[in-house]
Amino acid sequence: MTASHDLAARALAVGYGERTVIDDLDLQVPGGKMTAIVGANACGKSTLLRAMSRLLKPQRGQVLLDGREVHSMRSKELARTLGLLPQSPLAPEGITVADLVGRGRHPHQKLMARWSRDDDKAVADALEATDTVALAERPIDELSGGQRQRVWIVMALAQDTDVLLLDEPTTFLDVAHQVEVLDLLTDLNRDRGTTIVMVLHDLNMAARYAHHLVAMVEGRIHASGTPADVLNAQTVRAVFGMDAVIIDDPTSGAPLMLPLGRHHVAEREH
Amino acid sequence: MSAVISAPGSSVVVRRRSTRVRALWLVAAIVVLVGLACLSVAVGSRAVTWEEIGLGVTGHVDTIGQAAVYKRVPRTILAIVVGAALAVSGAVMQGVTRNPLADPGILGVTMGASLAVVTGIAWFGLFSVQGYIWTAIVGAGVTAVAVYAVGSLGRGGATPLKLALAGAATSAALTSLISAVVLPRGDIVEIVQSWQVGGVGGATYEPLATVAPFLVVGFVMSWGCSRWLNSMALGDEVAAGLGVKVAGARACAALGAVILAGAATAVAGPIAFVGLVVPHVCRLLVGVDHRWLIPFSAVVGACLVTTADVVGRLIAQPAEIQVGIVTAIVGAPVFIAIVRRTKVREL
Repeated sequence: MTASHDLAARALAVGYGERTVIDDLDLQVPGGKMTAIVGANACGKSTLLRAMSRLLKPQRGQVLLDGREVHSMRSKELARTLGLLPQSPLAPEGITVADLVGRGRHPHQKLMARWSRDDDKAVADALEATDTVALAERPIDELSGGQRQRVWIVMALAQDTDVLLLDEPTTFLDVAHQVEVLDLLTDLNRDRGTTIVMVLHDLNMAARYAHHLVAMVEGRIHASGTPADVLNAQTVRAVFGMDAVIIDDPTSGAPLMLPLGRHHVAEREH
Repeated sequence: MSAVISAPGSSVVVRRRSTRVRALWLVAAIVVLVGLACLSVAVGSRAVTWEEIGLGVTGHVDTIGQAAVYKRVPRTILAIVVGAALAVSGAVMQGVTRNPLADPGILGVTMGASLAVVTGIAWFGLFSVQGYIWTAIVGAGVTAVAVYAVGSLGRGGATPLKLALAGAATSAALTSLISAVVLPRGDIVEIVQSWQVGGVGGATYEPLATVAPFLVVGFVMSWGCSRWLNSMALGDEVAAGLGVKVAGARACAALGAVILAGAATAVAGPIAFVGLVVPHVCRLLVGVDHRWLIPFSAVVGACLVTTADVVGRLIAQPAEIQVGIVTAIVGAPVFIAIVRRTKVREL
């Protein structure tokens, strides 16, 4: 349904003020796939996502969308191709689900033009595709954390972009809602061909849901590739500074990481 | 994709229905405003007959009654436009700062406009309405920027309470400065005082005509920014993701709000709390979409100031209580109620 886009970072350096968080980073996001960026706290994974979505201006290097520098593209034009769901979006008190989702249409609307049939259709499609029509008239404040995160993704869906970046979409959710959100993103990827790039905390969720895993250490990409290639004991050691055992996930076949702490671990062979 | 298939277009129905409800509220508010405007022309400290009202409105000033009615017409128009301007200014300031306590009075913007005008009168011989307006807008703009800068200092940025405190402190300082400017000038005390309490009593057509283009520009800028305000309400990052240039959009909307607050203050003096109270009431009725909130606030703000003016004329007969005092009596409890609400940070 959607065209595949080419999102890449070239020799990227970003940071805050004088501080450089990421230096000389190259990344090629595979089009039409789900990519998960993982890493320890403060390794620069959110910073990388913010730079790719143009929230942060690179100190050096470039972020390229189909070969064009995103920082020189027109804001609305970029927003029709590349969507973003930040870590903690704000919902005004009393806003209804339908109103919130409708606001995702902003990049498709002309300055003074009225709400169009296309907008109606995109909002209706987004609500129906995510099984949230019943929530349309409810105020956001009344929803549970899981429903709320779902509604934010519906808004991103109404924006109708071919590339969607999400910063820790599953943080603060219980495990059932984490799975629900990641299933929803998988639907989106399979049915619409949307390229998804997400920062995830949970290595096992990332390994199960992503086609492409990017592991970061201190502002650099330590390893990237399929979960099977990337997720091994050495990577976990380098990324999290922790010993782990990797087994095959019996439900999905993806690698599954079992952390080794100091306690509750059977005597290991040396 | 999800297996459940619901009735197609049901979200469209939802949206249309809410549009109809909002339109009905807007029409109802306009009807109320027309009624209040008629009341404002008809009643006052001098009782007049129906005949005098008819003749007075059409420009006859043969009897004292007719003359009183004749004078009430521009006064009513002024109350309407000032109320609309202040309410829209408040709605936009609340949107721009995502702060439920934002209001041109609370943020010190009207006091900034006042100090500028008073200084102009005292030191630079300012006398024309045009001069008042430009001076007030500049004063309002400088104060808005300064208060926002002070309120943003420290951790957490411009939180609602910090911003309100910065505004209150600035207001207090500006009020003292106004006194310092006026006190040594016995010759202008009276001009300044009558202007400063906040009133629409002395209204004539000439300043109305002068201020009209400013109010139109301010309103168009504010309403034109409403979709940006809608996006920014979801946080700056979401807004940027939706293709809004956040800094520019915020500056544009804020300029619209400052023009409205400055122009309204220039012609009616500082009137507090209208910009605070009205948008909150309106959100309860038409929701948080700025495309509706801004015009609806304009109508309800006009209703509030017109009512305040009529009440001020009636309760202290034969004297009159200034509009600014009446709105403060209504607004202060609302301010306290908002501060006491637990969700004060979320707008």
